[in-house]
Amino acid sequence: MVQDRINVLARRVPVWAVWLLALAPAVWTFYLGLTGGLGAEPIKALERELGEIALQLVILGLCITPLRRHLGVNLIRFRRAVGLLTFSYVCLHLLVWLVLDVQILAQIWADIVKRPYVTVGFSAFLLMIPLALTSNDLSLRRLGPRWRQLHKLTYGVAVLGAVHFIWLSKGFQIEPLIYLAVILALLALRWRPLARIRSA
Amino acid sequence: MAHRWINTLSDTDVTPEVAFLNRRQMIAGAAAGVGLSLMAQRARAETLEPNNWDDITTYNNYYEFGTDKGDPARNARTLTTKPWSVTIDGLVDRPGDYAFDEIMAKMTIEERLYRFRCVEAWSMVVPWNGFELADLLELAGVQSGAKYVAFETVLRPDEMPGVRYPVLDWPYVEGLRLDEALHPLTIMATGIYGRDIPNQNGAPLRLVVPWKYGFKSIKSVVRITLTDKEPPTSWNKANAGEYGFYSNVNPEVSHPRWSQATERQIGGGLFSSRVPTLMFNGYGNEVAGLYAGMDLKKNF
Repeated sequence: MVQDRINVLARRVPVWAVWLLALAPAVWTFYLGLTGGLGAEPIKALERELGEIALQLVILGLCITPLRRHLGVNLIRFRRAVGLLTFSYVCLHLLVWLVLDVQILAQIWADIVKRPYVTVGFSAFLLMIPLALTSNDLSLRRLGPRWRQLHKLTYGVAVLGAVHFIWLSKGFQIEPLIYLAVILALLALRWRPLARIRSA
Repeated sequence: MAHRWINTLSDTDVTPEVAFLNRRQMIAGAAAGVGLSLMAQRARAETLEPNNWDDITTYNNYYEFGTDKGDPARNARTLTTKPWSVTIDGLVDRPGDYAFDEIMAKMTIEERLYRFRCVEAWSMVVPWNGFELADLLELAGVQSGAKYVAFETVLRPDEMPGVRYPVLDWPYVEGLRLDEALHPLTIMATGIYGRDIPNQNGAPLRLVVPWKYGFKSIKSVVRITLTDKEPPTSWNKANAGEYGFYSNVNPEVSHPRWSQATERQIGGGLFSSRVPTLMFNGYGNEVAGLYAGMDLKKNF
């Protein structure tokens, strides 16, 4: 069966390889920005690219449980890495916004408070902090069942991230709506009546 | 009458204060109805450094060709711009289709180095070539009842991949008050750096209103209608709370989703800083009088 082959293959891939692979686009995009490869306005391009990769990682993270439950593909050993990578990209995205884009401290705070799409994005970042801090074996043991409860914050983070993208776009644009639709679909799969439908 | 407003190119850095002074002197002359000879006493050269050709022609908002800044440069080559004509109708003495070549034969092409400020808080400096809109309107003869000018962009689904999506209500439309349209700063641009204007920048002719946010400067114009009512405008129809009819550059009135107090000058690379945005994009001395007594927070 295909899933078995994937599972065998996945067991052979070391987690550090996932880290390396997933961080490569950040390094590459930054390099492009330095060397004129991101066009006339590299700051926004870099900021946007990092944000989109973060959203893609959110989606990847949300796929892991349904993949196992419905298709029997087990990628659970990469889930922590995917979560922490998502947080890393969100941090980089935020850092580019703070240091390269806005730069002005007073305006940063004004944007967070007054601009709804920034407020939403920043809230998602804040919600991720406890998740990142507890993404280790010690916290997992100490928190016990509460760990699972806490990490359901991921669902909120995912929706906020997509809303952030939709809200900052001008006019009626398809791409951000697709992100939200995919995230909502992945969350729907966790809804009890749907979650019971398992693969044969 | 062409050449009512003059600037010269210079490679020195942007120093808005100096630019202010020059224009104040120039417009003072114009306002007093004094001839060009007197205005020729420019104190110092305009000190704006134009963006390079690549920046100007690869970083564009022209949603008919896609919403990514690079989409227009990638997709707009399919736009047929020859032959081209502009329908001028409504409250004019001589309505009809004006062929582009016929217009060009009658207009005086000037170079205008203008700041260009996008509503998204980035800016460029563009060396346009074009003619004053007032001269084109004079061809058609504006009737006394006219108060506004409506503009329309060409709509060709076969040549414009972006119009498959309802990003905006196509065709793109814009409008100006008649006095704004007749202002000597308002031009129809037909070139950049002395070359024909590229499709992605609005070939073969587009409006340029340098004291307003870029989206007012409608591209690839096929219709100009003189009316007595404020015409609908695309972004206002899409979101009236965010985009007003006037849309004058104003650092004190925020876009609901972002500040307009500062702007990023395109071309500065990864480590450039934002600079303060100027009222009326730095053209206050020329155009502030158009809005005397108006609440610009209400009429944003």
